Amino acid sequence: MSATAEQHSRIEVPDFTPVERAIINRLQTGLPLTRTPYKDVAEEIGMTEQDLLDHLKALLANGTLTRFGPMFHAGEMGGDLTLAAMRIPEQDFERVTEQVNRFDEVAHNYRREHELNMWFVLATETPEAIADTISQIEDLTGYPVYNMPKEQEFHVHLHFPI
Amino acid sequence: MSTSTSRSDHQLCDRDRELILATQGGLPLVPDPWAELGHQLAMPADEVLARFQRMQETGIIRRVAAVPDHYKLGYRFNGMTVWDVRDEAITELGKKVGELPFVSHCYRRPRHLPYWSYNLFAMVHGTSRDEVENKAQQIRELLGASCSGHTILYSSAILKKTGLRLRK
Repeated sequence: MSATAEQHSRIEVPDFTPVERAIINRLQTGLPLTRTPYKDVAEEIGMTEQDLLDHLKALLANGTLTRFGPMFHAGEMGGDLTLAAMRIPEQDFERVTEQVNRFDEVAHNYRREHELNMWFVLATETPEAIADTISQIEDLTGYPVYNMPKEQEFHVHLHFPI
Repeated sequence: MSTSTSRSDHQLCDRDRELILATQGGLPLVPDPWAELGHQLAMPADEVLARFQRMQETGIIRRVAAVPDHYKLGYRFNGMTVWDVRDEAITELGKKVGELPFVSHCYRRPRHLPYWSYNLFAMVHGTSRDEVENKAQQIRELLGASCSGHTILYSSAILKKTGLRLRK
């Protein structure tokens, strides 16, 4: 296994205040869909609504949170989603990253330490758009895309307690 | 525990689609987000809320939530563990792997021989490489003789993380 950036970077212990921890933990599980959702969560945590909104804006501004909002499911919208991988030589990695990320259909993209070193999720509004997008990416970048749609789902539970 | 495919027969109506376009970057951070969206889209606040509730019930919206940068929360090691599992055993074993508390996603996916022989994917996060490897070892023991190979792909950079975006 090759050395990675992660191995060499110092592990920083995140330094969140108890209030920030409460907000991050609570809001990963979902905002209640009530008439006053922020007020309800703020009361639950024991803070004012304005305080919650200010903290939330700050956590988004400093990049602790990448997003706050509805998490959509492309499949349930009548569209589709898939995981795809590419094998990109180092000298082309930056160019291909830029080309792949330009597609709205690319919801996220990770560099991984493997011969297949680029892994991205495609989410599209129609099922047909998956294949179209893959062939556009292949044409644009000049590299094959390995499509790995899920065939069975055993579990999804994404929560990072801090 | 259920297995499912990713498709459904739902069709997005135009009003729901407008709401998705208006919120795919995020929900307004104001005391009354429904009224704020209603103002933008010329829709009563109660209708905005009712449409959100319905979209969540039908699964179009999984939840309205914070998406963290897991690196910044201290989860610096994001290991995609991948396993070559006998096709006849994968349904039973995939469910067991999915039930492990430290597995956040678990899917069966196609092989791409000869480059890619792994058909079971289990995402494991940890604060150290050792932690991820100890967890992978527990999966290895669970899979036993039905598994003929595995590896762990660590992420070394988030290249993009915007979530779903509809084309306008």
